[in-house]
Order: sequence, then structure tokens, then C-alpha cells
Amino acid sequence: MNRTKGDEEEYWNSSKFKAFTFDDEDDELSQLKESKRAVNSLRDFVDDDDDDDDLERVSWSGERVGSISWSIKETASNSGSNHEREQLKNRNSFSSYAQLPKPASTYSLSSFFRGRTRPGSFQSLSDALSDTPAKSYAPELGRPKGEYRDYSNDWSPSDTVRRLRKGKVCSLERFRSLQDKLQLLEEAVSMHDGNVITAVLIFLKRTLSKEILFRELEVRQVALRHLIHFLKEIGDQKLLLDLFRFLDRTEELALTHYREHLNIQDPEKRKEFLKTCIGLPFSAEDSAHIQDHYTLLERQIIIEANDRHLESAGQTEIFRKHPRKASILNMPLVTTLFYSCFYHYTEAEGTFSSPVNLKKTFKIPEKQYVLTALAARAKLRAWHDVDALFTTKNWLGYTKKRAPIGFHRVVEILHKNSAPVQILQEYVNLVEDVDTKLNLATKFKCHDVVIDTCRDLKDRQQLLVYRSKVDKGSAEEEKIDAILNSSQIRWKN
Amino acid sequence: MAAHLSYGRVNLNVLREAVRRELREFLDKCAGSKAIVWDEYLTGPFGLIAQYSLLKEHEVEKMFTLKGSRLPAADVKNIIFVVRPRLELMDIIAENVLSEDRRGPARDFHILFVPRRSLLCEQRLKDLGVLGSFIHREEYSLDLIPFDGDLLSMESEGAFKECYLESDQTSLYHAAKGLMTLQALYGTIPQIFGKGECARVRNGRRVPPDPMFCFQQVANMMIRMKREFTGSQNSIFPVFDNLLLLDRNVDLLTPLATQLTYEGLIDEIYGIQNSYVKLPPEKFAPKKQGDGGKDLPTEAKKLQLNSAEELYAEIRDKNFNAVGSVLSKKAKVISAAFEERHNAKTVGEIKQFVSQLPHMQAARGSLANHTSIAELIKDVTTSEDFFDKLTVEQEFMSGIDTDKVNSYIEDCIAQKHPLIKVLRLVCLQSVCNSGLKQKVLDYYKREILQTYGYEHILTLYNLEKAGLLKPQTGGRNTYPTVRKTLRLWMDDVNEQAFFPLII
Repeated sequence: MNRTKGDEEEYWNSSKFKAFTFDDEDDELSQLKESKRAVNSLRDFVDDDDDDDDLERVSWSGERVGSISWSIKETASNSGSNHEREQLKNRNSFSSYAQLPKPASTYSLSSFFRGRTRPGSFQSLSDALSDTPAKSYAPELGRPKGEYRDYSNDWSPSDTVRRLRKGKVCSLERFRSLQDKLQLLEEAVSMHDGNVITAVLIFLKRTLSKEILFRELEVRQVALRHLIHFLKEIGDQKLLLDLFRFLDRTEELALTHYREHLNIQDPEKRKEFLKTCIGLPFSAEDSAHIQDHYTLLERQIIIEANDRHLESAGQTEIFRKHPRKASILNMPLVTTLFYSCFYHYTEAEGTFSSPVNLKKTFKIPEKQYVLTALAARAKLRAWHDVDALFTTKNWLGYTKKRAPIGFHRVVEILHKNSAPVQILQEYVNLVEDVDTKLNLATKFKCHDVVIDTCRDLKDRQQLLVYRSKVDKGSAEEEKIDAILNSSQIRWKN
Repeated sequence: MAAHLSYGRVNLNVLREAVRRELREFLDKCAGSKAIVWDEYLTGPFGLIAQYSLLKEHEVEKMFTLKGSRLPAADVKNIIFVVRPRLELMDIIAENVLSEDRRGPARDFHILFVPRRSLLCEQRLKDLGVLGSFIHREEYSLDLIPFDGDLLSMESEGAFKECYLESDQTSLYHAAKGLMTLQALYGTIPQIFGKGECARVRNGRRVPPDPMFCFQQVANMMIRMKREFTGSQNSIFPVFDNLLLLDRNVDLLTPLATQLTYEGLIDEIYGIQNSYVKLPPEKFAPKKQGDGGKDLPTEAKKLQLNSAEELYAEIRDKNFNAVGSVLSKKAKVISAAFEERHNAKTVGEIKQFVSQLPHMQAARGSLANHTSIAELIKDVTTSEDFFDKLTVEQEFMSGIDTDKVNSYIEDCIAQKHPLIKVLRLVCLQSVCNSGLKQKVLDYYKREILQTYGYEHILTLYNLEKAGLLKPQTGGRNTYPTVRKTLRLWMDDVNEQAFFPLII
């Protein structure tokens, strides 16, 4: 930074300033080349191993020199009319001339260094470029390779914010009073640039007490949102929760706290953490869900420990035949139920791992329960269990098969688990809707069902069609023939 | 020069060239041989701007992906990191820099932030003690990437989430900047229109439209940026007459429904990234005669899809059902063209035929590819599940039964279909019903949580915050009215379809 001052002093003290003239000097093109060369050599002025990053060069229009838009504008201004060019030249010259004494503005400074070797003939650049032949080509994005240093003067809040937006490092320490800081924040917010707002917020977070910060942000919605986002990004959970508590945003507070559980790997610790979540101000149903989550994990830990023990002991048949592929921890409820129906189906209600116990504790609806149990038992090919699921005794003592889910689903699941045809047939028969029944029967080759259904529908054509599909000489073919020849049936077609 | 960009009404090659030039500038700044370490996410978009050949011209000798621990050995003078400004990437970069082998030749580090640098990231690098090691730290504002002659994209996947869930409007700022660049290249757009619905739900209560979230923000930013350009006038004759800014929030329905155009289905099933798609290779194995038993290629086939390909440009926006006839017609045309060679008698005619040969062969290759793709898609669209899903979607969009629990959705949950599929359908129902009845919503919620895990409380909360899945708020269901007035639903002779007003 000291060196900067030195250089600047040197620069300022030598008079390189050329008075404004209307003459066009030299040949414009060579001017341009010269200025570029000159600017390249300016690199020596600047020392590189500084904390400052690449400083932005800014043109009249406030855009970064070398940015696409800047160079387009430059090119574009060339293709303008003569009259416009003159105007442009004059306007630029005057404005920059006027701006010169004010070091605060970044615009004028850069213009010096884009000129000739003798900085000061700032109008020459616009001269130089304005007469370049007007062509529409892909714009030349020549970035002057020079860099310049600027002052570390007192920038006003709006200037500071503008500098921040351009990515220049800017010390915010000079804003000491609360008033100043708030003004800085206002400026940043009006700029809509997330980066700048975040930078200012980091500064405020560091220099303001929590209470004041929260109080001020409560009335500034945009900044508040940015702070929340920022805290989430860097993972400052504690401050975030404090903030929510202050704002009385109870649900978000609860959810943010809850979200943390995903970061805890150890099941015991996670369980403990979930316990702390239970009392939080969730909405009514969510509270129930959180409670369930805790209970489930608690159960899973118990089941897991128990089953691992059983498995390693090697005595239990089911674990021998179907070794477990994964731990049950952190699995969803339905998966846990499936596991329980698979490995612990016959257990009484008292144990933690019995399906009935799970059903009761978590109030699993009948539909879901039946589906899951069916899937598990079908996978094990335990057809009797499957039957038992659907068989109910009515008050007369007769058994009847009923299902809360529609037998077509049952059939699908059975088929997926390669159930034998007889079992399939039995259930296909139970499908209520005739069309579905016929479809499924045909799909799964339950010949008897098809034949019987066609007969019931009195649909001869379909039966004939189906006859061609069955194997020649099979029992089904004979059956079909028998039915077709039967004189008792009054066919529809 | 990318051919596909010159087909539109606006020549986007100008934009592409401008962007390429800036990249070249940066590369030239780091003198000497270079190796680039890429953020994986950026390789796609960059591939649309500059091929490796361009980079090679600027002494880029090696390219690596950004990974933890040590950088691979490479005999280059400069290492350039091209990354998005994300904190986790900064950690990886720091790791790379710190584990740099001291014994090897010293290498210079540079970093290029895309699309812009972030103070937060630089702070992080500083905290990790590596900020000073970078010689050039710059930003490369790749705001609008030309995908096709009529399509530019910012590829900012997180934009909706950031704006509506996290209230971070940086993407809007980028959009405004991108538009400014566009205006600088193609002239100031004289008129700006916009539409944005900006109501939000906060703490369970609906708050009045918040102007912060409208397209207005973008418009305001643009106006402010324009004002800051004191003095210079842009005298390029404007190519665009109007600018229409639309909030995604205006139409949440379209992204939820299944796309049914050819291109849409490719995206639904295989996913199109940066106009590239990866397809299973089995159907694309070249059939060589008398070469049975050759191994099928195991790597997915990567195809680029844009309007440079004539056939694709023709069929991409057609409803999938119409694609088959186009393909068969094309097949006839091409075989007829190939048969022409029998008619060519004079040397002149043969010469003419031969000169057209490459074009015809390209057409034939293109036809073969798309026929295979169409077959792959057909396998999916003719499946029962697809049909069921489509029926449910169409029912919802016609306003049928949107206030009850839907049995297909229930089945999907019970069979543990991919959660995204379930969520899309449930949100679709919610949007078509202007919010679900509390009972229905609770039911779905419970089923989802029990089947997919309780942590999805957070997922569902976010959806509610974004307005996609919410309880009815007591107001009337406005969807049927909107549907009728804007004629979103066409009951055609051939088929029923939802025609989105905004894609």
C-alpha cells in the first residue's frame, strides 16, 4: 500500500496533462496501437504480490474495461454517425475532465491509463477509436494489460458498495457507527447483488452484537433472507437457531433443528438427537411424525442388535436361508415392516420385532399392512401364510377370502414372486371386475379361469380364439371342446 | 463456428464468438504451458463454447477434473482451476494446492470463477491459507450460453430453489447481466413486458404479492445497469423488438406434467444435458455383415441433439405419435435418393450424385439414429405403467377428481416407485386443484413419510414453501376457470392434450 502512495505521488507531481484540443492527432490507428503498447508497459508500475486482486478497469460508461459489453460499446460507437461521434467525444471529454479532480470516482482514473504513454491525453482514446472503420465483426475484447492502484480513501457507502460489486477488496472498518453500518446495508440491498449483501452481512455479523443485528434485520426482509441463506451455507447452526427463535419463526426453527439429524451417523447419537426434536414447535401432524421417527429408530436399534446376534449364532433357520443384505437402521417404516414380516412373522405381539406390534405402534393402515405382509410372505413362497392373510371367518364359521386392496394387486404381487399357477388361478378367480379378471387370466395363462369366465359370459367367439392359444391335445383344449359342444349354454355370439 | 447457431432469426454465433474471445484472453494471460482443472459441472456448458482444439491453441496441454487430494503430475507451467463459486469446491482446491509436491518444478496457480467470483469463496480460500498462491483470480461471466439457433440458457439449475426457497436473488442478477450483454451485442431492446405471480406463503399464512420476487426485479436491475452506463450510446440497430420476462411461478403446471414431444420424451426418459444425451448402446451397434458374435459396445452412446441436424429439427417438437410417419416418409425419400445412382448415366450426372453423397449418407445415419431412439422411446410409451400415468395426468389436467386421493398415486407409493414420480403427480394434483384438502394432503404425507422415510418432512415442507404442494386456503379453485379461459386443454379429434402457454 505504501508503494502505491509513492507511485501516485510521483505520477501526480509530474505534469503530463495535455490541454483539451479539438485537433485530431496523428493517425488514429497507430494511436491505437501505441496506446495498447503503452498500456501493456504499465504493468511495471504495479506490484503483483499484493493482497489486492486484479483491479477492475472501468470505462466511462462504468463497465469493466475488457468486458464484452465495454468493447462492444466501443466498437459500436465507431459505427455511429459522424455527428454522434462528435457528440460522444465532446461529452466524454467534458465529463472526464470534470471528474478528474475527484479521486473518489473510479471511472476517471482508468481512463488515464488507457490513453497514450503520457497519461492525461485521455481524449485520445475516444479519438483513436472513433475513427476506426465501421465494421460489424465480432468485437475485439482487448484488455489493456496494465493495472492501476487506487486510493484507500474514504469511500461513501454507495461507492463502497459499488466497489464491492466489482470485486475489489474494500475495507469496511471505517463504518463504525451503527448508523453508518445500516446505511451501508441499505446501499447493498438496493444493489441486489447477493455477493455484496453477503459481504456486508459478514462484516455486520462480526461487529454487531447478536441482539442488535437481529433487531435491525427483523425490519429488513431482504437482508434477513440473505443472512439466513448465508448461515445455512456456512453451517452456523447455533446462530441460525437463535435467529429463528428471535423472529418467532417456530416452524422453521423446528425444521432447521431437525435437519441436523441427517448429519449424525451414529445411530445412538441420532436417536438421542431425535428425542430432543420431539418437543419442538412443529405443526400438529409433523409432531406426530417426528415422534414416530424417534420411536422407529429406537426400535430399529433394538431389532438390529438382536438380529445381528441371532444371525451370528447361526441357529435360526430363516437367517441361514436368507442372510440379511443390509442393516435395518434408518430405513423407512414400510421397509421395516417388510423386514419384520420377512424375518419375524410368527412372533407374538409382545416382541419389538413382531409385525403386529409394529402395526399397532405406528398405526399402520390395514391396506398397507396387508400389502407388505403379502409381499414378504410371497417372497418366501409361504403360500399358506398368504392364504391366511385373506381368509376371514364369518359368523357362520365359513371362511371367505377378502382383501382390502383389490385382488388384482394380489395377483400381480404373486406373479412377481413366481407363484405356482394354481395359487395364481385361485386369486385371479377372486378378482371382482370381469374384464380385469379376463385380462389377468390371459396374461398369466390361467386357462381354467379364462375358460370359465368365457363360459359365464356366454362369449363363444372369445372361447374359440382362446382355444387356438392353448396347447394342442391338452386338458384345457378338451375342456373347451366339451363346453363348446354343450347344448345347455345359450351362446351370445 | 457452430452451424446450428446460425439457423435462427438471430445469429447467435456473434455471442458465442464474443464469449470465446474472452476465454482466449484469460488463457493468454497465463503465459506458458497450462493444465486446466475442471469443475465437472462446467464441462458440459463449456463444451458448447469451446472445444479442446481451441484450448490447445492456447497451450493447454492437459485437462483434469477437480478431485480431492493431490493434483496429478503434469509437466506444465500453469495450473488453472475453472470452478463455480461454491464453498465445497474451495476446500478441494485448497487441498490440491497444499499437497503440491515441493520437489517438483514450481507451478503457478490461477483460478477462474464461472460465472462470477464470490467474496465468500475467496474468504474461504484465505481462511485455508491458500489465497495468496493464486496469481490470477478472475471471473468469467458465462451468463447466457447459446444452445441452439433460438435457445440460450443460463444452465442455472438451482435458480428456482434459490429464489423461492432461500430468497437469494443472485440468479436474477445474473439474468439481468446476461440480458445486458445480449443488448450490448444485438442492440437495446425497446420494450420490456413481464408477468410474475409473486404471492408467497410464510408461516402458514399467505402474504400479499411481494414485488421482490417478480420479474420486476430483473427489469429494475436492467434499468439500473443501463442508467449506470453514462454517456455512451449503443448504436447497433436492435435485433429484438420486445423482451418478455416471465416468472416460472406463473405456470408451475407445465414442468410437472410428462412431456410428450419427441425431444420431451427423450429428456423424460434419458435426460438431455447441454444438448447431449446418453443412450444405451445396444441398438446403435453397427451391423456388420458376416460378423456375428461381435461384442456389443458397453459404453453409452452419446449423441448431440440440435437443429444442425435437419431431421431432428423437423421432429423434435412433434407429438411423439406423429414421429413414426415422418420417419417412414424420410426413409422412403432417402432410399429413393440412393436409387438415383442407377439413373445417372452421364459423367456429369454421376459427378453430381457423388457430390451429394456425403449429405445423403449423413441423412441416412441421422435417420438410423433417430429410428433407434424412437424404438427405445416406444418401448416405454407402450408400457402399461406409462399409459396409466398419462391417464391420471390428463384426468387431473381436465379437472377430474382432483379433490380425492388418487388410487394410481397410492399404488405408486405402495410399490415404492421413484419418489420424484410420486411427487410430480401429487404436486400436479395440488396445482390443478389450487391446493389439496387438508385430509387428502395429510394422507399423502403420511404415506410418503412411511414409505420413503421421515426425513422427507423437510422435502414436503420445501414443496409447500415453493407453492407446489399446499393445503387449500379457502379461496375458490381457480384452475378450471384459467383452463377454460386460456384454452390450455385441447380436445382434439386425434387426442387430448395439454398445451402449455409457456414452456
